[in-house]
Amino acid sequence: MRRLTTLAGAVAAVLVLLLAGCTAGGTGGERGADGVVRLRFLSLAWQKESVDANRELVAEWNAAHPRVQVDYVQGSWDSVHDQLLTSFEGGEAPDLIHDASDDLADFAYGGYLADLRPLLSERLRADIPAHSWRTTTFGDGIHGVPFLQEPRMIMANRKILVEAGVRIPTPEKPWSWEEFRSVARDLTARMGRGRYAVAWPLKEPVSVSLNLGLSAGGRLFHREADGKVTLRFEDGDAVVPGTIRAMVDTDRTASRATLGSGGSDTLPGFFGGKYAMVPLGFSYRQQIVQQAPKGFDWMVLPPPAGAGGLAQGVSPQTLSIAEESPHKKEAAAFLDFLLQPQATVRLALGDWMLPTSTTALADPVLHTPRFGWATGAAVARQLRPAPAQSVRGYPEWKDKVATPAFQEYYSGAIGDEELRRRLVEDGNRVLARYQRD
Amino acid sequence: MSAFRTSGPARAGQYAALLAYLVFLAFPFLWLVSTAFKPAAELGSLHPTWIPKDPTLENFRQAFDEQPLLRAAGNSLFAALTAALVAVAVATPMAYVLARRRSRLTAAATGWVVVSQAFPFVLLIIPLFLILKNLHLINTLGGLVAVYVVWSLPFALWMLTGYVRAVPAELEEAAAVDGAGRLRILVSVTGPLLAPGIVATALFAFITAWNEFFFALVLLKTPEKQTLPVVLTHFLGAEGVADLGPLAAAAFLATLPSLVVFAVIQRRITGGMLAGAVK
Repeated sequence: MRRLTTLAGAVAAVLVLLLAGCTAGGTGGERGADGVVRLRFLSLAWQKESVDANRELVAEWNAAHPRVQVDYVQGSWDSVHDQLLTSFEGGEAPDLIHDASDDLADFAYGGYLADLRPLLSERLRADIPAHSWRTTTFGDGIHGVPFLQEPRMIMANRKILVEAGVRIPTPEKPWSWEEFRSVARDLTARMGRGRYAVAWPLKEPVSVSLNLGLSAGGRLFHREADGKVTLRFEDGDAVVPGTIRAMVDTDRTASRATLGSGGSDTLPGFFGGKYAMVPLGFSYRQQIVQQAPKGFDWMVLPPPAGAGGLAQGVSPQTLSIAEESPHKKEAAAFLDFLLQPQATVRLALGDWMLPTSTTALADPVLHTPRFGWATGAAVARQLRPAPAQSVRGYPEWKDKVATPAFQEYYSGAIGDEELRRRLVEDGNRVLARYQRD
Repeated sequence: MSAFRTSGPARAGQYAALLAYLVFLAFPFLWLVSTAFKPAAELGSLHPTWIPKDPTLENFRQAFDEQPLLRAAGNSLFAALTAALVAVAVATPMAYVLARRRSRLTAAATGWVVVSQAFPFVLLIIPLFLILKNLHLINTLGGLVAVYVVWSLPFALWMLTGYVRAVPAELEEAAAVDGAGRLRILVSVTGPLLAPGIVATALFAFITAWNEFFFALVLLKTPEKQTLPVVLTHFLGAEGVADLGPLAAAAFLATLPSLVVFAVIQRRITGGMLAGAVK
């Protein structure tokens, strides 16, 4: 028995030694013994060109600023919210944080993100339009720099559209929602059995319905005089859902099979001529360039417009500074460097997205007709904060009320009235819980 | 002569059902392999084929070019192997006590082991993070190993307790009557009979740690420490967009160690699972 005890003790000792041996110090935001400040930058860039651009910019900064070194850490969009929450709670957050503006509300209201107003340079403040700053303004503070954004566009098979002789829309003269529906009828009739003018990938039906809804004058979320938000479903809110529902159910010009799909899932059908048009985020162009068969002729069209013009809601990608970072000024200086217009253009090209910076957006390289850059850049001027951007309780409304309601509506299981009732009545009950004084 | 004689058609039906089940189980893996060798143009085909028409290693080249897969695999291997060894080393004596010493305390301990499996990750991660931070084990593979050991210990304990109970206590009593001491009994009598169970438990702990993503994501902060599942997510963008070819190639490589380990010791596991089935 004594030998057993000895054996157990030895195992425990090995374990302790193993743990001790693997221990490494070095958290971000600290000044080392040599006086050098080390900042940790959690980046969610994932496409090779984008990662390369980020790494190059970090290397340029580090070469020019030996006293403030930035450590680049590639994060992941998957689980980033939980990762950050744990890091904030544990007091180990990165100094610089890349995220999306619609993920920031909890962190901003929770006091985890620094108010950037006293830290940002006037150049950066002035270079980004006020409506973009609204996506990262929570309460009185600005808690992130919105730097890249992505409108939803229509990726179209040029051959099918040209052969059908339909009018090709431009940002100056886009289709109306009614014209879009009419064009879809023409195309479907010409394309033949089993083929559709449109594939709507509606795995995330709420963001599509709400963000595109701005073009038809939809708002859904209304901030009242007392500051509280209520849901109202008005005529403008019904245009986009009504059009999509009619295309799937009545006109049969949109494929029912893609309603539950993600954007990538529709691409094979798009390449194969099964669908003439697919509404997708602007950055999907990279996948199309990579995967399209040789000779596949495609183009990027602006989304349809209505009473709201080409306006649509977006949640830009953002860069924030952790409140607990002891070197906020240095972190802000790095942000200013990273988001110089020329550098922002490099980041935008790497991510196949559009910059929020007015100067960067004016760069000629983003106005080439190649891969639809010019069309996207023209639409970018009309982008607005996603309707529910800073509404507390929105995530619960989206998951528990709106997503199932829209899914049932688009599939034909419920009608207009029931959709309206659920979004508004059930939705207001959810929001009320978050807005009690 | 077998007690279960089946007719020809019935046997054919059994084989067909077995084959269908195997195909069902293997489908994701085979599709992964197929995707890993497809060029980008074939990934977007409306009529995908099982066998790539123009197979390529380009996805593997890209995967290695874009991400430090070997380093991440090394980290995963270290964490998974160490966690498996430590978990088994700790769980075996505990399981022996739980199986052989029946008391209210051991019953309560067994109950707690089962209940502890019900806690979700998210509930545990913040307190765990704070504990590891106080121990200066954040961003260390040692800290990750400690978490994996704690995480796999309840199930390992539960598994091993079953294996210990399958070893007849009468064998140990007979050895004691023949004059063997406690340690001699454990090493020479119980140990060999328990070996398949220990191997199966180690395999379980290894695979659990090898595939684990969330703890590694949260606890490891620098790229040099990241494990394979974390690095694999670098091929994914927002809203599920993926760099499919390199992701499939990297994921295929990530499954190989588990498959190899399983192939090498699967006979022992089968033996372990059947041990004590017939008395």
